Amino acid sequence: MMLELAADQGVSIADSNLDDSPLAIRGLTVSYGQKPAVFSVDMTVQPGGMTAIIGPNGAGKSTLLKAALGILSPLSGQVTVYGKPLEQQRARIAYVPQRASVDWDFPTRVIDVALMGLSRQLGLLGRIRVRHMSRAMDCLNRVGMRDFADRQIGQLSGGQQQRVFLARALAQEADLYLLDEPFAGVDAATEKAIIAVLKSLKEAGKTVVVVHHDLATVTDYFDHVFLINTRKVAEGTVAEAFTAETLQSAYGGRLATAQIDQISRALG
Amino acid sequence: MNGEEFVPLSLTPLLIGIFAAVACALPGNFLVLRKQALIGDAISHVVLPGIVVAFLLTGAISTWPMMLGAAGAAIVAVVMIEAIRRLGQIEPGAAMGVVFTTMFAGGVLLLEQTDTSTVHLDVEHALYGNLESLIWLDAVGWSSLLELTALAGLPPELPRIALTLVGVILFIWLFWRPLKISTFDEGFARTIGIRTGALGMALVIVAAISAVAAFDAVGSIIVIAMFICPPAAARMMTNRLETQITWSVIFASVSAISGYVLAGYGPLWVGGADAVSAAGMIATMSGLILACAALWGPCRTRAGAPQAT
Repeated sequence: MMLELAADQGVSIADSNLDDSPLAIRGLTVSYGQKPAVFSVDMTVQPGGMTAIIGPNGAGKSTLLKAALGILSPLSGQVTVYGKPLEQQRARIAYVPQRASVDWDFPTRVIDVALMGLSRQLGLLGRIRVRHMSRAMDCLNRVGMRDFADRQIGQLSGGQQQRVFLARALAQEADLYLLDEPFAGVDAATEKAIIAVLKSLKEAGKTVVVVHHDLATVTDYFDHVFLINTRKVAEGTVAEAFTAETLQSAYGGRLATAQIDQISRALG
Repeated sequence: MNGEEFVPLSLTPLLIGIFAAVACALPGNFLVLRKQALIGDAISHVVLPGIVVAFLLTGAISTWPMMLGAAGAAIVAVVMIEAIRRLGQIEPGAAMGVVFTTMFAGGVLLLEQTDTSTVHLDVEHALYGNLESLIWLDAVGWSSLLELTALAGLPPELPRIALTLVGVILFIWLFWRPLKISTFDEGFARTIGIRTGALGMALVIVAAISAVAAFDAVGSIIVIAMFICPPAAARMMTNRLETQITWSVIFASVSAISGYVLAGYGPLWVGGADAVSAAGMIATMSGLILACAALWGPCRTRAGAPQAT
């Protein structure tokens, strides 16, 4: 019903002949109460690369991601994953929520969180077998958390918790990885470990989308940029979309001129 | 105490007490972790208008219509709480507060405005239930457990709460994995296709059914205490949800047994003459267990505080 609405509202119909891109969003509007957090956004994620979603605080970055995943219900809009509706493609998606969105006091161990990534295969009552266990351990190993498998999750540092979340996503063996602020409040070693894992995913042909807030690392880490401030500001390769002009128009006065100069110099 | 005395007088109230305590403690584990623990309190308030309406419709105090009325009111309340929470975008505690005070007030109003003052719908009964009166007079000893004619005389509360307990266990066993994942991380749960809204609703409805069945047998004091005390105490004994559930069942059973025995004999031991309310004593015991767990439980330090390793 809402999808037709979006089409009526002048979203170009040609666009909704959706391609096979890992994630295609058309005319997405999400609102909390009266004020839209994301307004009529189109997004096409390029396959096999790393895309950063950037924008000022409160620009709707996380909201965009959550609505794309069906965690929030949009007012209007259409989301396809590899050309098909989201519901049919759940197995191909892995999501890493913001670390602060869960209560780490929850009585569970590191290994149990990693095993949650296998729950689609396990189903309601499937037994956890040795192969499941070894795959979860393997994923913990990839993020350097193998030795912590039996710890309660509340006993970990912030960076370690973030790595456990990443291990859970790895266990899902998805094609499209969506991460919400994975570098927020983590130590340098964790940031390095996470980016190494994400790059290895990219090399394996997976697609990675990251809500990111640190403009200084965008050129180092990412291939594509999606710049948002409630509406889409720019989308494209880092060279195309991450420029002094686009940043100025997304961040307005909130970004110091010196910072923009620095970024444009970094971009060459 | 020999079987001839124990079976008719104490076996059924003890079993009803244990089953009611465990049936509330099991869903309580999830409610406490979801910070919805007060839903038990809310439910025991909101059932009042349901019971009054059932009485007005049937004109008699009979158990089944009242159970249905109470269950209906509980479900209406649950749906209203969810609706207010989602539409109003406010936290669950506030939504519960609005709904349960309104419905309780509505129940009192109905009670006052209609001709129910002659019947026995009093506060004491609602709070403490009547556990001691649920005796099994047809029994003559342990052998009665095998006699059909004697079994037919069991207080109806016993099979009812036993059936409820079986239902609760089945629900938690079947939906264990989605319940655990969505309680820990609702956003992630939705991305793997768990219908978290429906599951959360189902959990609260299961809790409501336990509350109403237990309320009928043992009063609302036990309901409120058992939703919170055994799970909260169990949380401080372990850092694994599986073990926490086991501890909560142990704590609920120990509260029921020790509370029942102490209520019956405790006053005599200290020189008093009369027994005290079993329901009140069971709730007190669960509170004592919680206090002990808070003082000495091995896992009572909260994460979030810096940990020494």
